[in-house]
Amino acid sequence: MKRLHADIHRRIGGFDLNVLIESDASRIGILGESGSGKSMTLKSIAGIEAVDSGHIEVDGRVLYDSSEKIDLKPQKRNVGYMFQNYALFPTMSVLKNVMAGLGKRNEENRSRAMDMLKRFRMDGYEDKLPGELSGGQQQRVALARIMVTDPALILLDEPYSALDSYLRDRMQVEMLEMLEDYTGQVVMVSHSRDELYRFSEELFIVSEGQIIRHGETKSVFRDPEHEIAARLTGCKNFSAARTVDEHTVEASDWGVTLKLEREIPSDITSIGYRAHCFEPVWGERQENCIRFDLLRTDDLPFEKNYYIRTVNDDSPVCWFVQGEEQRIIDERGLPDYLKIKEEQVLLLKQ
Amino acid sequence: MNGFIDLAKTLDWSPLWISLKTGVVATIISFFLGLWAARKVIRRDYRVKSILDGILTLPMVLPPTVAGFFLLLIFSRRRPFGIFLNDTFDIQVVHTWLGCIIAATVIAFPLMYRNARAAFEQIDANLVYAGRTLGMSEFSIFWRIVVPTAGPGIASGTILTFARAMGEYGATSMLAGNIPGKTGTVSQRIAMVIQDGDYLTAGFWVVIVLIIAFFAIFLINMITGKHMKNVRKW
Repeated sequence: MKRLHADIHRRIGGFDLNVLIESDASRIGILGESGSGKSMTLKSIAGIEAVDSGHIEVDGRVLYDSSEKIDLKPQKRNVGYMFQNYALFPTMSVLKNVMAGLGKRNEENRSRAMDMLKRFRMDGYEDKLPGELSGGQQQRVALARIMVTDPALILLDEPYSALDSYLRDRMQVEMLEMLEDYTGQVVMVSHSRDELYRFSEELFIVSEGQIIRHGETKSVFRDPEHEIAARLTGCKNFSAARTVDEHTVEASDWGVTLKLEREIPSDITSIGYRAHCFEPVWGERQENCIRFDLLRTDDLPFEKNYYIRTVNDDSPVCWFVQGEEQRIIDERGLPDYLKIKEEQVLLLKQ
Repeated sequence: MNGFIDLAKTLDWSPLWISLKTGVVATIISFFLGLWAARKVIRRDYRVKSILDGILTLPMVLPPTVAGFFLLLIFSRRRPFGIFLNDTFDIQVVHTWLGCIIAATVIAFPLMYRNARAAFEQIDANLVYAGRTLGMSEFSIFWRIVVPTAGPGIASGTILTFARAMGEYGATSMLAGNIPGKTGTVSQRIAMVIQDGDYLTAGFWVVIVLIIAFFAIFLINMITGKHMKNVRKW
């Protein structure tokens, strides 16, 4: 039974890291802004960043335990780490890079490395230097170099951030293919919700050194629970919330009182609403509608962004419209109201 | 010109061999010591770093005669450590070739250390981390990743060290003296023959030193230049 358990405590400068990552999913995601502590978490698991206290266990093997004074060297952890810049050794050929983790430079290891390069369609490049490869090829070599050592856990640190956007899309698909046969757990750290939505089964959201929400990826996106978590999963519209009764809540920044079928918890502090989810209404005002008072429009290649004036001048509501919906608006003209659909309302805590 | 050729035929070439031998041995010692010291120093926090760095660089900044003074203080056969070396190991430093090597090493070592340190500090720490997570030993990370990646900086440090060690004069003359065929280096020979007013012999040695010095710098540029092909001109 594969199971990652990482309970990590670290205080460095003014920053406190206190995270607990516990999961038996094969693909785990950690979502957070830069400086949130997500990379530090990954480095702590690999043993290249010191930990003050906690317990780290991979596949039933204890790598670190402060109370039992266990602290395995990174060399002994059998954890593969892919760095943001891939960290290929610049003076070694591709083949030597892949062989670097295999110890002896004998014929057997050479053919193991060659097999791995073949699997990643990098045969024919074995004598090239890393500097002569494209970003995508470098990533494949980096992954081959990790996979050939047969690690118990693979950590991917912002694996696509060094790639341009075309390659980024392609490598996301490729990464899933390359990891297909890998039976161990993989943890990916990223600030991009799209990358992690596509990649991970279980998602942890980290902010200021704390896990603020975790769970099955789709359910975290459906109900982020936490305002920062909602923001990180791509929610654009937020309003302060004031609960009126069990089914009524006032979204004060939008100047609207929402009536909901479901029961509203009394401890919510804000409401979130995704920019793609409004429903345009022409004519009569319906329940849960905000007036369509257009502030400005942004044209993007495949969508149009409308910004709507609200009670609070600092936070206009944004409405992102694509494809078919845009055709209807072009025909009927701009709507009079935007309807907030109950099932899309995010009830959030600070 | 004919004077030069006649001179070359009758010349005592021992200073050149002594200088070259001293240069080579001092460079080898400085190379390993410099890499080792650079690696130790960069891991310290900045306060310890500045103090250690100051001590290790001092011989380069001090007048060589001051370094020579300290070396005499340590190795003189009338001083505790010198007596200890002589009585226990039968090792004499003052007025011996060993003195030449020690003087040259002390003076030239900072060049190796500083160049190695600068080159190490440019290395992407992720390379070392990657080596560790791949299970490579610290020894093989250092010799197979760090040193080759820092190659150009280390190479230029080595050549500068060699050039400086070969040309050492001040500390060498104090510690090893100028005994022809034993500790008489090229630089000391030049000073000596000029005192005798023999400008022809001095000029001959100057030309040889110039050739070696130019060749050293040329070598540095060739080695580092190869890696600079992709650097943009500005």
